[in-house]
Amino acid sequence: MSPLQQAAEGLALSALALLGGLLMFGLFVWVHGHDPLQAWMLLFKGAFGDAFSIQNSLQRAAPLMLTALCVALPAQAGLTVIGGEGALVLGGLAAAAVPYAVILPEGSAGTAVLMGAAGLAGGAWVALAGALRQWRGVNETISSLLLGYIAISIFKFLVEGPMRDPASLNKPSTRPLEPSWLVGSMGSWDVHWGLAFGIVACVAAAVWLSLSTHGFAVRVVGGNPRAARLVGLPANALVVSACALGGAAAGLAGALEVAAVHTAANAALIAGLGYTGILVSFVARHQPLAVIPVSILFGGFLAAGSLLQRRMGLPDASVQVLMGFSFLIILAAEALRGRLFKITGGTPAGTAPPASSAPGPLAAEARA
Amino acid sequence: MTDGLFELLLAVVGGAVRVGTPFLFVSLGECVTEKSGRVNLGLEGVLVFAAMAGFAGSWASGLWWAGVLAAGLSGALLALIHGVVCGLPRVNDVAAGIAVMLLGVGLAFYLGKPLIQPQAAQIPSLPLGEWLGAAPGSPAQAALAINVLFPAGVLLALALTWALRRTAWGLTVRLVGDSADAARALGMPVGRVRALATAAGGFLAGIGGSALSLYFPGSWSEGLSSGQGLIAVALVIFARWHPMRCLGAALLFGGAGALGPALQSQGISGWHDLLNAIPYVLTLLILVWTCSPTRTLEGAPGELNLNQR
Repeated sequence: MSPLQQAAEGLALSALALLGGLLMFGLFVWVHGHDPLQAWMLLFKGAFGDAFSIQNSLQRAAPLMLTALCVALPAQAGLTVIGGEGALVLGGLAAAAVPYAVILPEGSAGTAVLMGAAGLAGGAWVALAGALRQWRGVNETISSLLLGYIAISIFKFLVEGPMRDPASLNKPSTRPLEPSWLVGSMGSWDVHWGLAFGIVACVAAAVWLSLSTHGFAVRVVGGNPRAARLVGLPANALVVSACALGGAAAGLAGALEVAAVHTAANAALIAGLGYTGILVSFVARHQPLAVIPVSILFGGFLAAGSLLQRRMGLPDASVQVLMGFSFLIILAAEALRGRLFKITGGTPAGTAPPASSAPGPLAAEARA
Repeated sequence: MTDGLFELLLAVVGGAVRVGTPFLFVSLGECVTEKSGRVNLGLEGVLVFAAMAGFAGSWASGLWWAGVLAAGLSGALLALIHGVVCGLPRVNDVAAGIAVMLLGVGLAFYLGKPLIQPQAAQIPSLPLGEWLGAAPGSPAQAALAINVLFPAGVLLALALTWALRRTAWGLTVRLVGDSADAARALGMPVGRVRALATAAGGFLAGIGGSALSLYFPGSWSEGLSSGQGLIAVALVIFARWHPMRCLGAALLFGGAGALGPALQSQGISGWHDLLNAIPYVLTLLILVWTCSPTRTLEGAPGELNLNQR
């Protein structure tokens, strides 16, 4: 199969699986006495129905792009990291904490320092999971999720304790950021600059993976660790750097949520964006460029969640159910890989002779 | 001070059993599943989903054991989905586990919305403290009231140890887990054995879920579990896939989980968020200590896709 055909098949599989997820979700709400047609309609109306909802969707897509990279980049190096939530929360915390420690310049220079601190914090956290994997053989899926829970505990401790702003009475928060450090809207759009950060990060990750030597080496390690070792690639350093870059992206997502949405670090930051990012990365098959449209789609579903709640009285976990079904079907759809176009009659006759009927050299040898 | 220390110790011991009971059932469930050569990280989702279903079952029927049964069956059902999806070609069981985790939690939150207010019949406790002569109303009596599921879990660990070693069923599961090729050569239905072992593991984890929602504090809420299911999965590695060692590990982690609330009731406040992180930190440290990058772990099923690539 040509690379183009493979890409087309991947796209078709993802689209089919998403449709399957929507179908399962419709079935689920129907069983619980709701109208599935209305649910589907509201999902798309709430996501992309008018200018307001599109802006809302794009706004929610921004952090998803960055947390999806926290899964996609380690996945390119062969690791399944699911600690994006922890890296996001720590990134947000770091951004809010910097002004406690040092005096920052006004304006965008200060913002840059906040973002840098967040990237370092998130990157270090996920790199730790990668390092434990490479040097101690600790399963990175488990360790990254455990690190995520630890990060949330640290966050709550600091935000409700030493870093709490005395003015935040019933909703513990850190001190709000200076207005000049906040990340504002892009021009007349009601979408903050985080979207641009997300898109640029995805494009940069794609360029790094496909054009740079370092990115290529990471993919070799992910594809075949033994071969990588044989040609003398520093596997440990490559894996840890991929994890660090992914974690930095998720940390940046946390800082953007603080600097563009909440203006301070508080519990609103722990909203499951890291977990949604896992799904986005799997749907995008860990391809950074594909992460962009998939994030917008799922950002749209998140945006539509409140509409489902208001119009149909569905619980706020509806979108979570939809995502769970989609995730499972996306993985199950892998079973169809390589067979999809055969089923739909895409393979021209004669191009793929059945292996068993053609006597190969081995078969001839066995007969002799 | 000595009184305080004694009370703290008592609270940790009692808490080890109370908090350890769900750990015990989930880790026994994961132990059965992993013995067949499959990982189910989705037991976190199974735990939360079954806690909700168990609460619903007990609330609707008024019978605590019906709730426990409902929890077990719903856990088995969700795990069976994992088992079936993992049986498809090219499906990675770690990734499928993440999907089941998210799906289980989502379904539990969706279906559990009407269950946040009501009260359900609770799992009874054995008054161990009274039997040992503690005065009614004393802290010892409260701390040493033992969830009846705990002795059931201890018996189960013993039974599983025996069954895995001595029965044809146990041998089949272990062979399938150690070498699928050898099992196939003997004509064993590898896929079916794994799917059933996954469902059985889900049943046990589901019972653990009912210990969360039907025993102290005994209500359904969305914050009921944060990672207990996952910690239990990690415990199995620490226990080297041995049911009796799962019991010890569950008690250790139950004690660690009970330490935070116990210290808080002793007047040490303001630190509870950090104290709540103790089980996660402990799990991580134990994984670092137990695992090794160079050798396969002793007792690890050969087909397990968790520590080697």
